[in-house]
Amino acid sequence: MQQFLAVLIDAVNYASWLFIVASGLTLIYGVMRILNMAHGSLYALGAYTAASFVGFWSTHGYFPAGVFLMLIAAAVTVGVIMGPLIERGLLRLLYGKDEIVLLLATYALFLILEDVIKLGWGVDAYYVSQPYGLLGNVTLAGLSYPLYSFVVVGVAVAIGVGLSWVLNGTQRGKLLKAVIHDREVSQTLGINVSRYYMVTFTVGAILAAIGGAFTAPQISVSLGIGVEVIVLAFAVVVIGGLGSLPGAALGALIVGLARSLAVHYWPAVELFCVYFVMALVLVFRPQGLFAAPELRKI
Amino acid sequence: MSTASSRSAAAVLQARNLRKQFGAVTAAGDISVGIERLSVTGLIGSNGAGKTTFVNMITGYLKPDSGTIEFDGRDITTLTPRAITRLGIARSFQIPQLYDALSVEENILVALGTAARNGQLGPATAPRGQASRLARQQEEQALAQILSQFQLRDYRVRLARVLPQGVRKALDIALAMVARPQVLLLDEPTSGVSSEEKFAIMDMIMTALAQQGVTTLFVEHDMEVVSRYAQRVLAFYDGRVIADGEPKRVLQDDDVRRYVVGMSHAAPAGARSHA
Amino acid sequence: MSKRLDPALAVFLALLAALIAFAAWLPAWAQSLLSIALATGMVVLGLTLLMRTGLVSFGQSLYLCLGAYAAGILNSKYGVTDMIIAVGAGALVAGVVAFLLGFLMATYRHIFFATLSLAFSMILYGLLVKSADLGSTDGFNLTAPTIMGIKLEGALSQRYKLILGAVLAAIATIGLWRYLRTPLGRLAPAIRDNELRVEYMGASVRHAVHVKYTIAGLLGGIGGALAALAVGHIDPDSMAYWTVSGELVFIAVLSGSASVIAPFLAAAVFETLRMLAHDYSPNTWQLSLGAAMLLLILFLPGGLASVLVRRSREPAP
Repeated sequence: MQQFLAVLIDAVNYASWLFIVASGLTLIYGVMRILNMAHGSLYALGAYTAASFVGFWSTHGYFPAGVFLMLIAAAVTVGVIMGPLIERGLLRLLYGKDEIVLLLATYALFLILEDVIKLGWGVDAYYVSQPYGLLGNVTLAGLSYPLYSFVVVGVAVAIGVGLSWVLNGTQRGKLLKAVIHDREVSQTLGINVSRYYMVTFTVGAILAAIGGAFTAPQISVSLGIGVEVIVLAFAVVVIGGLGSLPGAALGALIVGLARSLAVHYWPAVELFCVYFVMALVLVFRPQGLFAAPELRKI
Repeated sequence: MSTASSRSAAAVLQARNLRKQFGAVTAAGDISVGIERLSVTGLIGSNGAGKTTFVNMITGYLKPDSGTIEFDGRDITTLTPRAITRLGIARSFQIPQLYDALSVEENILVALGTAARNGQLGPATAPRGQASRLARQQEEQALAQILSQFQLRDYRVRLARVLPQGVRKALDIALAMVARPQVLLLDEPTSGVSSEEKFAIMDMIMTALAQQGVTTLFVEHDMEVVSRYAQRVLAFYDGRVIADGEPKRVLQDDDVRRYVVGMSHAAPAGARSHA
Repeated sequence: MSKRLDPALAVFLALLAALIAFAAWLPAWAQSLLSIALATGMVVLGLTLLMRTGLVSFGQSLYLCLGAYAAGILNSKYGVTDMIIAVGAGALVAGVVAFLLGFLMATYRHIFFATLSLAFSMILYGLLVKSADLGSTDGFNLTAPTIMGIKLEGALSQRYKLILGAVLAAIATIGLWRYLRTPLGRLAPAIRDNELRVEYMGASVRHAVHVKYTIAGLLGGIGGALAALAVGHIDPDSMAYWTVSGELVFIAVLSGSASVIAPFLAAAVFETLRMLAHDYSPNTWQLSLGAAMLLLILFLPGGLASVLVRRSREPAP
């Protein structure tokens, strides 16, 4: 029973982290039909920027709880600079091309950003333990957990609720859905589609960076952290159904649970169980769990 | 409707009680039609009347909710488009379905190669498409024949993407004809073509089809085209066939005048003159 | 549609012949570089066959890795050191796996094809990392190979690896060139353009994709075995991880799909640049790759191949 609970808690923690990253990926795909491989680099940029911001804050001896603000500030900074830059500077030139072409373009961007990080922050690892140390541990079912992990769960829930509210409960969200449904018709209706694209991509970029910023305290921020996260996030959104937010949440939970079970009961399969689940879901539901197939009109 | 069953004795194609529902819309409500071998049949009706659904069901793109389709006495209701094509029923499309990145010649060669693999070009052709000299010669001949029949010679090396609409239509039909089908269904062969070009295109198509002895069905909005080329007309309305017979009689039919001709964008028969 | 050999292919075959004849006079680094380029080119040749069909695999490292490990395991665990057997084993293992997975993959398109292929390659990666017998993340070294019973040491060994690669590249390009002129091969661009029409011509898209996927896997396995022999060492990170597939996709984009020799040229360019970057600017290697890829996508979407075949597009006199 105790171990089972530990599995669940690990699963939820892992799923929260995955959801934060995957939500931005699926949002961008849902609106713009771009499977953004550079998402992993934005995640890494978020982590590195958070390391710098928190380091700056701490060395100046400002009030300690401010480090949490620094995490958010880092994410927003990355998103607001990189989002419009990438969308206006590159992706805009490729709209209307095949989804695969856009995938390749964002892969190229991923390669570029990997080296940009290397040039900006060097090859040494960064540690951002302050937010982590600040909160201490809690004991659940006889096991000790860092309270910080539950902050990440909170952030994930806040993002999920916030995005659903914007998409379903606001005027702008409804207009965005119109854009998703039919770009051309929306344009003729006077909706500024190009601005929706830019804003969507920026929000997606901020979400990626939040993922990185809030993960930074739990890991050593080093080269290559974006490389693994992007394929994991792919798995999550593909399992859930590309472009579906509830799908991303479910996908994150499934992947989180699969990995947690593997870690606790069968460590040998830990690394590939995620992709195994992904392949399994694709075999039985090629569109993912939450997306509908399309029939072509002739 | 009674005419349909009376023709069924010599029918190469026989549809019985076809029904197809899309939500609240009846795309086919109990359609029974027999098509005589080597006949030319026009399908008319306003948009949404069920003509294309009928074509799509015959060629396997849509499965009817109920009812059967027989080709040469064989039930083809549940077969895939591929299997139906291999049996000898081909079709063209309202929006031409071409290989846009390939030249006209390459488009036809792809079709020829497939037809050869499927053994549809006769026993003399190497069945696995081995590049033997004989097969190559036959391929060249077949290509030349198709190019000339459909007046595509001048466009031979042009990419399909840049062809004018009328030529796209001709190529689309040529691709359907490559496998020497017994039955050909043409979905609006003259749509998107200027009215001056229409008759030239139809003349070309019908000449080619007559040469090869193909049973033809065509969907058409222009009543002038219908009355000139069809031996028989099926008028669709609301998923049903409301009139069936010789063009002259069907086009004079009160229901047809009210529901089909009057409502469609086509001018009444004889209103326009052509040389 | 003439059956004469394409001039570009003829030139390429002449180059390979020259390479075989003069291999002994090439410096060691050039022999090694060209061996690896030929191996990579073989994998990319398969990838471009898929691209010709409209499919991009983001997991072709699966077959590279299967071929490499099949060859490597035979070589160092079972003592079967013959190079030709090693390549045959790589081709067989990769080909069989591709044939089996092909039943599934043939029903997927676009990014679903890309992501599912990625998933399969990552499953293999995960398996290998946890396989202590195969050295886990460290992998293992191959022992000196032989060819038809002849022991090969040092320089001789390197020369024969190059010659084997060149011979196989010649066979593969001629074979694929011919295949692309058969009715089944000609379906590739047709499927990319319009699957509906292919089905309405009476051809099976699924079958055609399955065949192409299997060929691509087979070529991947041959390339993987050649790479294992050329490098003398195999490990999951440099053979199976998704970034390896990414590199292969990059080379395929550089190559373009309209020519069977372009993959080898692109691989040679890529390996040369990698060597230069390694020596002169290791921190901007990926940046240069990414920038080059963006330029290709924007300004030369057909890759090197589109430059090679442009002439033949002109109307015949």
